[in-house]
Amino acid sequence: MISGEFDLSIGSLIGFSSMSLTLLTVETNLTMPVASLITLIMVLIIGYYNGITVVKSGLPSFIITLGSLFMIRGFTIAISKIITGRTQIGGIEESKGFNIMSSVFSNHLTIAGTNFPISIFWWMLFGVLGYFLLKHTQFGNWIFATGASQESAKLMGIPVQKVKISLFMLTAFCSWFIAVTQVTTFGGADVLRGEQKEFIAIIAVVIGGTLLTGGYGSIIGAMIGALIFGIVKQGIIFAGVDADWFQVFMGVMLVSAVLVNGAFRKKYAQG
Amino acid sequence: MLRDSNQIVLKNIYKNFGNVKALKDVSMTTDSGKINCILGDNGAGKSTLVNIISGVFLSDKGEYRINNKTVEFLNPHEAISAGISTVYQSLAIIPIMNIYRNFFLGNEPLNNKYFKIIDKDFAIETTIKELKKFDINIENPKRLAGTLSGGERQLLAIARALYFGAKILILDEPTSALGVKESNKVVEQIILLKEQNINVILVSHNIDQAFMLGDKFFIIKNGEMVGHLDKFETSAKSLRTILEK
Repeated sequence: MISGEFDLSIGSLIGFSSMSLTLLTVETNLTMPVASLITLIMVLIIGYYNGITVVKSGLPSFIITLGSLFMIRGFTIAISKIITGRTQIGGIEESKGFNIMSSVFSNHLTIAGTNFPISIFWWMLFGVLGYFLLKHTQFGNWIFATGASQESAKLMGIPVQKVKISLFMLTAFCSWFIAVTQVTTFGGADVLRGEQKEFIAIIAVVIGGTLLTGGYGSIIGAMIGALIFGIVKQGIIFAGVDADWFQVFMGVMLVSAVLVNGAFRKKYAQG
Repeated sequence: MLRDSNQIVLKNIYKNFGNVKALKDVSMTTDSGKINCILGDNGAGKSTLVNIISGVFLSDKGEYRINNKTVEFLNPHEAISAGISTVYQSLAIIPIMNIYRNFFLGNEPLNNKYFKIIDKDFAIETTIKELKKFDINIENPKRLAGTLSGGERQLLAIARALYFGAKILILDEPTSALGVKESNKVVEQIILLKEQNINVILVSHNIDQAFMLGDKFFIIKNGEMVGHLDKFETSAKSLRTILEK
Protein backbone atom coordinates (compact mmCIF):
# COMPACT_ATOMS: atom_id res chain seq x y z
CA MET A 1 0.00 0.00 0.00
CA ILE A 2 2.96 2.33 0.48
CA SER A 3 3.70 1.85 -3.20
CA GLY A 4 0.20 3.11 -3.92
CA GLU A 5 -1.47 -0.19 -4.74
CA PHE A 6 -3.87 -2.57 -3.01
CA ASP A 7 -3.91 -6.30 -3.07
CA LEU A 8 -7.43 -7.49 -2.31
CA SER A 9 -6.68 -11.03 -3.38
CA ILE A 10 -4.64 -12.02 -0.32
CA GLY A 11 -7.61 -13.56 1.51
CA SER A 12 -8.50 -15.72 -1.45
CA LEU A 13 -4.86 -16.60 -1.92
CA ILE A 14 -4.76 -17.88 1.67
CA GLY A 15 -7.73 -20.14 0.91
CA PHE A 16 -6.18 -21.21 -2.38
CA SER A 17 -2.78 -21.96 -0.84
CA SER A 18 -4.15 -23.94 2.07
CA MET A 19 -6.39 -25.98 -0.21
CA SER A 20 -3.70 -26.58 -2.80
CA LEU A 21 -1.22 -27.59 -0.13
CA THR A 22 -3.63 -29.99 1.53
CA LEU A 23 -4.93 -31.48 -1.71
CA LEU A 24 -1.45 -32.04 -3.07
CA THR A 25 -0.43 -33.75 0.16
CA VAL A 26 -3.54 -35.83 0.84
CA GLU A 27 -4.70 -36.71 -2.67
CA THR A 28 -1.38 -37.23 -4.41
CA ASN A 29 1.36 -38.81 -2.44
CA LEU A 30 3.65 -35.82 -2.17
CA THR A 31 5.41 -34.99 1.05
CA MET A 32 4.24 -31.81 2.64
CA PRO A 33 7.39 -29.71 2.05
CA VAL A 34 7.27 -30.56 -1.65
CA ALA A 35 3.57 -29.75 -1.83
CA SER A 36 4.08 -26.41 -0.16
CA LEU A 37 6.90 -25.58 -2.53
CA ILE A 38 4.70 -26.33 -5.56
CA THR A 39 1.96 -24.22 -3.99
CA LEU A 40 4.39 -21.38 -3.41
CA ILE A 41 5.37 -21.37 -7.07
CA MET A 42 1.72 -21.25 -8.16
CA VAL A 43 0.99 -18.45 -5.72
CA LEU A 44 3.97 -16.41 -6.92
CA ILE A 45 2.74 -16.80 -10.49
CA ILE A 46 -0.66 -15.46 -9.43
CA GLY A 47 1.08 -12.55 -7.68
CA TYR A 48 3.05 -11.88 -10.85
CA TYR A 49 -0.16 -11.94 -12.86
CA ASN A 50 -1.75 -9.41 -10.48
CA GLY A 51 1.25 -7.15 -10.78
CA ILE A 52 1.70 -7.32 -14.52
CA THR A 53 -2.03 -6.74 -15.11
CA VAL A 54 -2.03 -3.67 -12.89
CA VAL A 55 1.09 -2.06 -14.39
CA LYS A 56 0.29 -2.88 -18.01
CA SER A 57 -3.38 -1.89 -17.90
CA GLY A 58 -2.85 1.18 -15.74
CA LEU A 59 -6.16 0.41 -14.04
CA PRO A 60 -6.57 0.74 -10.27
CA SER A 61 -5.22 -2.31 -8.49
CA PHE A 62 -8.34 -2.14 -6.35
CA ILE A 63 -10.39 -3.37 -9.33
CA ILE A 64 -7.86 -5.81 -10.76
CA THR A 65 -7.29 -7.59 -7.47
CA LEU A 66 -11.02 -7.49 -6.62
CA GLY A 67 -11.37 -9.57 -9.78
CA SER A 68 -8.61 -11.89 -8.59
CA LEU A 69 -10.33 -12.16 -5.21
CA PHE A 70 -13.44 -13.68 -6.81
CA MET A 71 -11.62 -15.69 -9.46
CA ILE A 72 -9.29 -17.35 -6.99
CA ARG A 73 -11.97 -18.00 -4.37
CA GLY A 74 -14.37 -19.44 -6.95
CA PHE A 75 -11.67 -21.53 -8.55
CA THR A 76 -10.59 -22.92 -5.18
CA ILE A 77 -14.13 -23.93 -4.22
CA ALA A 78 -14.89 -25.45 -7.64
CA ILE A 79 -11.70 -27.48 -7.85
CA SER A 80 -11.95 -28.87 -4.33
CA LYS A 81 -15.55 -29.90 -5.00
CA ILE A 82 -14.57 -31.63 -8.24
CA ILE A 83 -11.70 -33.52 -6.64
CA THR A 84 -13.07 -34.38 -3.22
CA GLY A 85 -16.72 -33.37 -3.27
CA ARG A 86 -16.12 -31.32 -0.12
CA THR A 87 -14.97 -27.85 0.81
CA GLN A 88 -13.08 -28.88 3.90
CA ILE A 89 -10.28 -31.38 4.00
CA GLY A 90 -8.48 -32.73 7.02
CA GLY A 91 -6.19 -35.61 7.80
CA ILE A 92 -2.99 -33.96 6.77
CA GLU A 93 -1.38 -34.90 10.10
CA GLU A 94 -0.58 -38.41 8.90
CA SER A 95 1.22 -37.31 5.76
CA LYS A 96 4.95 -37.37 5.26
CA GLY A 97 6.75 -34.28 6.34
CA PHE A 98 3.94 -32.90 8.48
CA ASN A 99 6.00 -33.00 11.66
CA ILE A 100 8.85 -30.98 10.20
CA MET A 101 6.47 -28.42 8.75
CA SER A 102 4.46 -28.15 11.91
CA SER A 103 7.53 -27.71 14.09
CA VAL A 104 8.61 -24.78 11.94
CA PHE A 105 5.26 -23.10 11.37
CA SER A 106 2.94 -23.94 14.24
CA ASN A 107 5.07 -25.00 17.18
CA HIS A 108 4.76 -23.56 20.65
CA LEU A 109 7.68 -22.16 22.56
CA THR A 110 7.71 -21.96 26.32
CA ILE A 111 9.41 -18.90 27.68
CA ALA A 112 9.39 -18.22 31.42
CA GLY A 113 6.62 -20.70 31.94
CA THR A 114 4.29 -19.17 29.39
CA ASN A 115 3.37 -20.85 26.14
CA PHE A 116 3.82 -18.75 23.01
CA PRO A 117 2.76 -19.86 19.55
CA ILE A 118 5.73 -19.70 17.20
CA SER A 119 3.72 -17.56 14.80
CA ILE A 120 4.29 -14.62 17.13
CA PHE A 121 8.01 -14.92 16.47
CA TRP A 122 7.44 -15.22 12.76
CA TRP A 123 5.32 -12.09 12.98
CA MET A 124 8.09 -10.21 14.72
CA LEU A 125 10.73 -11.54 12.35
CA PHE A 126 8.75 -10.41 9.31
CA GLY A 127 8.19 -7.09 11.04
CA VAL A 128 11.90 -6.56 11.56
CA LEU A 129 12.72 -7.69 8.01
CA GLY A 130 10.04 -5.44 6.57
CA TYR A 131 11.21 -2.50 8.63
CA PHE A 132 14.77 -3.02 7.48
CA LEU A 133 13.74 -3.39 3.84
CA LEU A 134 11.66 -0.22 3.86
CA LYS A 135 13.89 2.04 5.88
CA HIS A 136 17.39 0.95 5.04
CA THR A 137 17.53 -0.47 1.53
CA GLN A 138 17.44 0.98 -1.91
CA PHE A 139 14.39 -1.09 -2.76
CA GLY A 140 12.57 0.36 0.23
CA ASN A 141 13.32 3.87 -0.97
CA TRP A 142 11.97 2.95 -4.39
CA ILE A 143 8.75 1.67 -2.81
CA PHE A 144 8.14 5.00 -1.09
CA ALA A 145 9.02 6.95 -4.21
CA THR A 146 6.76 4.83 -6.40
CA GLY A 147 3.83 5.38 -4.08
CA ALA A 148 4.37 9.08 -3.52
CA SER A 149 4.81 10.08 -7.12
CA GLN A 150 5.08 7.58 -9.90
CA GLU A 151 6.01 10.29 -12.39
CA SER A 152 8.85 11.66 -10.27
CA ALA A 153 10.10 8.15 -9.59
CA LYS A 154 10.17 7.40 -13.31
CA LEU A 155 11.99 10.65 -14.08
CA MET A 156 14.67 9.65 -11.60
CA GLY A 157 15.09 6.31 -13.30
CA ILE A 158 13.36 4.06 -10.78
CA PRO A 159 11.90 0.90 -12.37
CA VAL A 160 8.39 1.58 -11.10
CA GLN A 161 6.79 -1.40 -12.82
CA LYS A 162 9.31 -3.87 -11.46
CA VAL A 163 8.83 -2.48 -7.96
CA LYS A 164 5.08 -2.95 -8.15
CA ILE A 165 5.21 -6.44 -9.63
CA SER A 166 7.63 -7.65 -6.98
CA LEU A 167 5.40 -6.24 -4.25
CA PHE A 168 2.38 -8.12 -5.59
CA MET A 169 4.53 -11.24 -5.52
CA LEU A 170 5.54 -10.40 -1.96
CA THR A 171 1.93 -10.13 -0.76
CA ALA A 172 1.24 -13.43 -2.52
CA PHE A 173 4.17 -14.96 -0.67
CA CYS A 174 2.79 -13.68 2.64
CA SER A 175 -0.60 -15.25 1.91
CA TRP A 176 1.14 -18.53 1.24
CA PHE A 177 3.01 -18.24 4.52
CA ILE A 178 -0.20 -17.65 6.50
CA ALA A 179 -1.80 -20.58 4.72
CA VAL A 180 1.02 -22.90 5.72
CA THR A 181 0.79 -21.86 9.37
CA GLN A 182 -2.95 -22.38 9.31
CA VAL A 183 -2.80 -25.79 7.66
CA THR A 184 -0.18 -27.01 10.13
CA THR A 185 -2.13 -25.56 13.06
CA PHE A 186 -5.55 -26.90 12.13
CA GLY A 187 -4.37 -30.05 10.35
CA GLY A 188 -6.42 -29.33 7.28
CA ALA A 189 -7.85 -26.77 4.92
CA ASP A 190 -11.09 -24.99 4.26
CA VAL A 191 -11.85 -23.17 1.02
CA LEU A 192 -13.13 -20.21 3.02
CA ARG A 193 -9.86 -19.71 4.90
CA GLY A 194 -8.67 -16.15 4.84
CA GLU A 195 -12.03 -14.64 3.98
CA GLN A 196 -12.06 -10.90 4.69
CA LYS A 197 -8.39 -11.01 5.60
CA GLU A 198 -7.78 -8.43 2.86
CA PHE A 199 -9.98 -5.93 4.69
CA ILE A 200 -8.37 -6.62 8.04
CA ALA A 201 -4.98 -6.05 6.42
CA ILE A 202 -6.08 -2.71 5.00
CA ILE A 203 -7.58 -1.62 8.33
CA ALA A 204 -4.41 -2.51 10.22
CA VAL A 205 -2.22 -0.68 7.72
CA VAL A 206 -4.39 2.44 7.63
CA ILE A 207 -4.76 2.63 11.40
CA GLY A 208 -0.98 2.32 11.45
CA GLY A 209 -0.69 5.62 9.59
CA THR A 210 -0.08 4.55 6.00
CA LEU A 211 -1.51 6.90 3.41
CA LEU A 212 -4.19 5.38 1.18
CA THR A 213 -2.68 7.34 -1.68
CA GLY A 214 0.73 5.75 -1.07
CA GLY A 215 4.16 7.16 -0.38
CA TYR A 216 4.07 7.22 3.38
CA GLY A 217 3.73 4.58 6.05
CA SER A 218 5.63 2.15 8.21
CA ILE A 219 5.80 -1.46 9.21
CA ILE A 220 5.84 -0.62 12.90
CA GLY A 221 2.65 1.38 12.40
CA ALA A 222 0.97 -1.49 10.59
CA MET A 223 2.04 -3.89 13.36
CA ILE A 224 0.55 -1.60 15.97
CA GLY A 225 -2.57 -1.37 13.83
CA ALA A 226 -2.79 -5.15 13.76
CA LEU A 227 -2.29 -5.29 17.53
CA ILE A 228 -5.05 -2.74 18.11
CA PHE A 229 -7.30 -4.80 15.88
CA GLY A 230 -6.52 -8.02 17.74
CA ILE A 231 -6.68 -6.55 21.23
CA VAL A 232 -10.01 -4.84 20.60
CA LYS A 233 -11.43 -7.97 19.01
CA GLN A 234 -10.56 -10.10 22.04
CA GLY A 235 -11.00 -7.38 24.63
CA ILE A 236 -14.49 -6.42 23.64
CA ILE A 237 -15.68 -9.92 24.53
CA PHE A 238 -13.88 -9.89 27.89
CA ALA A 239 -15.29 -6.46 28.58
CA GLY A 240 -18.73 -7.97 28.33
CA VAL A 241 -19.76 -5.80 25.41
CA ASP A 242 -21.70 -7.41 22.59
CA ALA A 243 -19.15 -8.40 19.93
CA ASP A 244 -21.26 -6.76 17.23
CA TRP A 245 -19.96 -3.43 18.42
CA PHE A 246 -16.50 -4.50 17.39
CA GLN A 247 -17.32 -3.93 13.72
CA VAL A 248 -18.75 -0.49 14.49
CA PHE A 249 -15.61 0.41 16.37
CA MET A 250 -13.35 -0.81 13.58
CA GLY A 251 -15.29 1.16 10.99
CA VAL A 252 -15.03 4.34 13.04
CA MET A 253 -11.31 3.79 13.59
CA LEU A 254 -10.74 3.24 9.89
CA VAL A 255 -12.53 6.40 8.79
CA SER A 256 -10.89 8.58 11.43
CA ALA A 257 -7.46 7.20 10.56
CA VAL A 258 -7.99 7.95 6.87
CA LEU A 259 -9.11 11.50 7.70
CA VAL A 260 -6.10 12.17 9.91
CA ASN A 261 -3.68 10.68 7.37
CA GLY A 262 -5.26 12.69 4.58
CA ALA A 263 -4.91 15.94 6.54
CA PHE A 264 -1.25 15.16 7.03
CA ARG A 265 -0.72 14.61 3.33
CA LYS A 266 -2.48 17.84 2.42
CA LYS A 267 -0.27 19.77 4.78
CA TYR A 268 2.97 18.63 3.17
CA ALA A 269 2.04 17.83 -0.40
CA GLN A 270 1.36 21.49 -1.20
CA GLY A 271 3.55 22.93 1.54
CA MET B 1 43.02 26.14 -16.49
CA LEU B 2 41.62 24.41 -19.49
CA ARG B 3 38.03 23.39 -19.04
CA ASP B 4 35.98 21.10 -21.22
CA SER B 5 33.50 22.79 -23.40
CA ASN B 6 30.10 21.22 -23.62
CA GLN B 7 28.70 22.59 -26.78
CA ILE B 8 25.38 21.50 -28.21
CA VAL B 9 24.73 21.96 -31.89
CA LEU B 10 21.35 21.30 -33.47
CA LYS B 11 21.21 21.54 -37.26
CA ASN B 12 18.05 21.63 -39.37
CA ILE B 13 15.91 19.71 -36.93
CA TYR B 14 12.42 18.60 -38.02
CA LYS B 15 9.82 16.90 -35.88
CA ASN B 16 6.24 15.99 -36.77
CA PHE B 17 3.53 14.49 -34.64
CA GLY B 18 1.12 13.03 -37.16
CA ASN B 19 0.07 16.00 -39.28
CA VAL B 20 1.30 18.57 -36.81
CA LYS B 21 4.64 20.06 -37.71
CA ALA B 22 6.06 20.73 -34.25
CA LEU B 23 9.53 21.80 -35.41
CA LYS B 24 10.55 23.02 -38.85
CA ASP B 25 14.19 23.46 -39.76
CA VAL B 26 15.38 24.47 -36.30
CA SER B 27 19.08 25.12 -35.75
CA MET B 28 20.82 26.34 -32.64
CA THR B 29 24.17 26.30 -30.88
CA THR B 30 24.59 26.60 -27.12
CA ASP B 31 27.89 26.88 -25.29
CA SER B 32 29.09 26.07 -21.81
CA GLY B 33 29.48 28.88 -19.34
CA LYS B 34 26.53 30.59 -20.98
CA ILE B 35 22.87 30.89 -20.21
CA ASN B 36 21.00 30.06 -23.36
CA CYS B 37 17.33 31.06 -23.34
CA ILE B 38 14.66 29.43 -25.43
CA LEU B 39 11.75 31.83 -25.65
CA GLY B 40 8.32 31.26 -27.10
CA ASP B 41 4.64 31.11 -26.40
CA ASN B 42 2.86 28.03 -25.19
CA GLY B 43 2.67 25.52 -28.00
CA ALA B 44 5.43 27.18 -30.03
CA GLY B 45 7.60 24.08 -29.88
CA LYS B 46 9.80 24.84 -26.86
CA SER B 47 8.98 21.58 -25.11
CA THR B 48 9.47 19.55 -28.27
CA LEU B 49 12.90 21.09 -28.70
CA VAL B 50 13.80 20.42 -25.07
CA ASN B 51 12.54 16.86 -25.33
CA ILE B 52 14.77 16.21 -28.32
CA ILE B 53 17.81 17.58 -26.49
CA SER B 54 17.04 15.56 -23.36
CA GLY B 55 16.44 12.30 -25.19
CA VAL B 56 12.70 11.94 -24.65
CA PHE B 57 12.32 11.50 -28.39
CA LEU B 58 14.37 11.58 -31.55
CA SER B 59 14.06 14.17 -34.27
CA ASP B 60 12.64 13.10 -37.64
CA LYS B 61 15.38 14.83 -39.57
CA GLY B 62 18.44 16.85 -38.73
CA GLU B 63 21.66 16.61 -36.82
CA TYR B 64 22.34 16.72 -33.07
CA ARG B 65 25.95 17.10 -32.00
CA ILE B 66 27.64 17.42 -28.64
CA ASN B 67 31.26 18.59 -28.76
CA ASN B 68 31.28 17.91 -32.48
CA LYS B 69 30.19 14.32 -32.10
CA THR B 70 26.86 13.26 -33.53
CA VAL B 71 24.64 11.76 -30.85
CA GLU B 72 21.39 9.86 -30.90
CA PHE B 73 19.72 9.40 -27.52
CA LEU B 74 17.08 6.69 -27.42
CA ASN B 75 15.90 7.62 -23.91
CA PRO B 76 16.48 10.27 -21.23
CA HIS B 77 18.84 7.89 -19.44
CA GLU B 78 21.35 7.92 -22.25
CA ALA B 79 21.19 11.71 -22.26
CA ILE B 80 21.77 11.86 -18.50
CA SER B 81 24.80 9.59 -18.83
CA ALA B 82 26.13 11.99 -21.45
CA GLY B 83 25.79 14.80 -18.90
CA ILE B 84 22.49 16.31 -20.01
CA SER B 85 20.03 16.78 -17.18
CA THR B 86 16.61 18.34 -17.26
CA VAL B 87 14.94 19.98 -14.30
CA TYR B 88 11.27 19.84 -15.17
CA GLN B 89 8.59 22.08 -13.74
CA SER B 90 7.36 19.17 -11.67
CA LEU B 91 10.95 18.94 -10.33
CA ALA B 92 10.73 15.23 -9.55
CA ILE B 93 10.91 16.13 -5.87
CA ILE B 94 8.62 14.20 -3.57
CA PRO B 95 7.12 16.41 -0.83
CA ILE B 96 6.29 13.57 1.54
CA MET B 97 9.81 12.15 1.39
CA ASN B 98 12.69 13.60 3.37
CA ILE B 99 15.28 15.89 1.84
CA TYR B 100 18.28 13.59 1.66
CA ARG B 101 16.23 10.76 0.21
CA ASN B 102 14.99 13.15 -2.45
CA PHE B 103 18.54 14.21 -3.20
CA PHE B 104 19.60 10.63 -3.87
CA LEU B 105 16.31 9.45 -5.35
CA GLY B 106 17.02 6.67 -7.83
CA ASN B 107 20.79 7.02 -7.22
CA GLU B 108 21.00 5.83 -3.63
CA PRO B 109 24.54 5.46 -2.26
CA LEU B 110 25.01 1.91 -1.03
CA ASN B 111 27.36 0.65 1.63
CA ASN B 112 26.53 -2.96 1.02
CA LYS B 113 26.27 -4.06 -2.60
CA TYR B 114 24.74 -7.41 -1.77
CA PHE B 115 21.84 -6.27 0.40
CA LYS B 116 21.66 -2.83 -1.24
CA ILE B 117 21.73 -0.98 2.05
CA ILE B 118 21.63 2.79 1.81
CA ASP B 119 24.62 4.63 3.24
CA LYS B 120 22.62 7.16 5.23
CA ASP B 121 25.51 9.01 6.86
CA PHE B 122 27.09 9.65 3.51
CA ALA B 123 23.76 10.66 2.00
CA ILE B 124 22.98 13.10 4.80
CA GLU B 125 26.45 14.65 4.81
CA THR B 126 26.54 15.04 1.06
CA THR B 127 23.08 16.58 0.97
CA ILE B 128 24.04 19.21 3.54
CA LYS B 129 27.29 19.96 1.71
CA GLU B 130 25.78 20.17 -1.77
CA LEU B 131 22.87 22.35 -0.66
CA LYS B 132 25.24 24.72 1.08
CA LYS B 133 26.82 25.42 -2.30
CA PHE B 134 23.45 26.85 -3.27
CA ASP B 135 23.17 28.92 -0.14
CA ILE B 136 20.62 26.64 1.48
CA ASN B 137 21.46 25.74 5.04
CA ILE B 138 19.69 22.64 6.15
CA GLU B 139 20.41 21.48 9.66
CA ASN B 140 18.22 18.47 9.44
CA PRO B 141 18.00 16.77 6.03
CA LYS B 142 15.56 14.28 7.56
CA ARG B 143 12.89 16.94 7.27
CA LEU B 144 10.29 16.30 4.59
CA ALA B 145 11.02 18.05 1.31
CA GLY B 146 7.50 19.49 1.53
CA THR B 147 8.73 21.79 4.29
CA LEU B 148 11.16 23.51 1.89
CA SER B 149 10.11 26.69 0.13
CA GLY B 150 9.42 26.60 -3.59
CA GLY B 151 12.75 28.20 -4.42
CA GLU B 152 14.64 25.82 -2.19
CA ARG B 153 12.97 22.88 -3.89
CA GLN B 154 13.98 24.23 -7.28
CA LEU B 155 17.56 24.60 -6.10
CA LEU B 156 17.50 21.13 -4.58
CA ALA B 157 16.59 19.74 -7.99
CA ILE B 158 19.40 21.74 -9.63
CA ALA B 159 21.95 20.75 -6.97
CA ARG B 160 21.00 17.13 -7.46
CA ALA B 161 21.43 17.28 -11.24
CA LEU B 162 24.87 18.86 -10.90
CA TYR B 163 26.01 16.44 -8.23
CA PHE B 164 25.20 13.55 -10.54
CA GLY B 165 27.37 14.96 -13.28
CA ALA B 166 25.23 17.31 -15.33
CA LYS B 167 27.33 19.48 -17.63
CA ILE B 168 24.40 20.61 -19.72
CA LEU B 169 21.44 21.68 -17.63
CA ILE B 170 18.00 22.28 -19.05
CA LEU B 171 15.76 24.37 -16.79
CA ASP B 172 12.10 24.32 -17.72
CA GLU B 173 10.39 27.51 -16.47
CA PRO B 174 12.37 27.47 -13.22
CA THR B 175 10.67 30.47 -11.63
CA SER B 176 7.17 30.36 -13.10
CA ALA B 177 5.61 28.97 -9.93
CA LEU B 178 7.55 31.18 -7.52
CA GLY B 179 6.98 34.51 -5.82
CA VAL B 180 9.33 37.46 -6.38
CA LYS B 181 11.60 36.78 -3.42
CA GLU B 182 11.93 33.05 -4.05
CA SER B 183 12.37 33.73 -7.71
CA ASN B 184 15.31 36.07 -7.07
CA LYS B 185 17.03 33.46 -4.93
CA VAL B 186 16.84 30.96 -7.77
CA VAL B 187 17.94 33.50 -10.37
CA GLU B 188 21.03 34.40 -8.34
CA GLN B 189 22.09 30.78 -8.22
CA ILE B 190 21.42 30.18 -11.90
CA ILE B 191 23.80 33.02 -12.76
CA LEU B 192 26.47 31.40 -10.59
CA LEU B 193 26.20 28.22 -12.66
CA LYS B 194 28.10 30.03 -15.40
CA GLU B 195 31.21 30.05 -13.23
CA GLN B 196 31.03 26.28 -13.07
CA ASN B 197 31.14 26.23 -16.85
CA ILE B 198 27.70 24.66 -17.12
CA ASN B 199 25.84 24.93 -20.39
CA VAL B 200 22.50 26.22 -19.12
CA ILE B 201 19.48 26.01 -21.37
CA LEU B 202 16.69 28.06 -19.89
CA VAL B 203 13.16 27.66 -21.19
CA SER B 204 10.96 30.59 -20.37
CA HIS B 205 8.18 32.85 -21.44
CA ASN B 206 9.13 35.55 -18.95
CA ILE B 207 11.03 37.83 -21.34
CA ASP B 208 12.22 40.41 -18.81
CA GLN B 209 13.71 37.82 -16.53
CA ALA B 210 15.23 35.86 -19.40
CA PHE B 211 16.84 39.01 -20.78
CA MET B 212 18.33 39.83 -17.40
CA LEU B 213 19.74 36.29 -17.04
CA GLY B 214 20.59 35.18 -20.51
CA ASP B 215 23.56 35.46 -22.83
CA LYS B 216 21.94 34.06 -25.93
CA PHE B 217 18.31 34.06 -27.01
CA PHE B 218 16.51 31.67 -29.30
CA ILE B 219 12.98 32.64 -30.21
CA ILE B 220 10.60 29.97 -31.42
CA LYS B 221 7.28 30.64 -33.10
CA ASN B 222 5.01 28.01 -34.62
CA GLY B 223 7.82 25.51 -34.67
CA GLU B 224 10.30 27.78 -36.43
CA MET B 225 13.33 29.59 -35.11
CA VAL B 226 12.44 33.20 -35.83
CA GLY B 227 15.22 34.88 -33.92
CA HIS B 228 18.69 34.02 -32.74
CA LEU B 229 20.37 36.85 -30.86
CA ASP B 230 23.25 37.58 -28.52
CA LYS B 231 22.69 39.78 -25.54
CA PHE B 232 24.77 42.71 -26.82
CA GLU B 233 22.76 43.01 -30.01
CA THR B 234 19.30 43.11 -28.48
CA SER B 235 17.08 44.38 -25.68
CA ALA B 236 14.09 43.02 -23.78
CA LYS B 237 11.97 45.30 -25.89
CA SER B 238 13.19 44.01 -29.21
CA LEU B 239 12.89 40.42 -28.01
CA ARG B 240 9.29 41.12 -27.20
CA THR B 241 8.74 42.71 -30.59
CA ILE B 242 10.06 39.63 -32.38
CA LEU B 243 7.99 37.34 -30.19
CA GLU B 244 4.78 39.27 -30.65
CA LYS B 245 5.18 40.08 -34.31
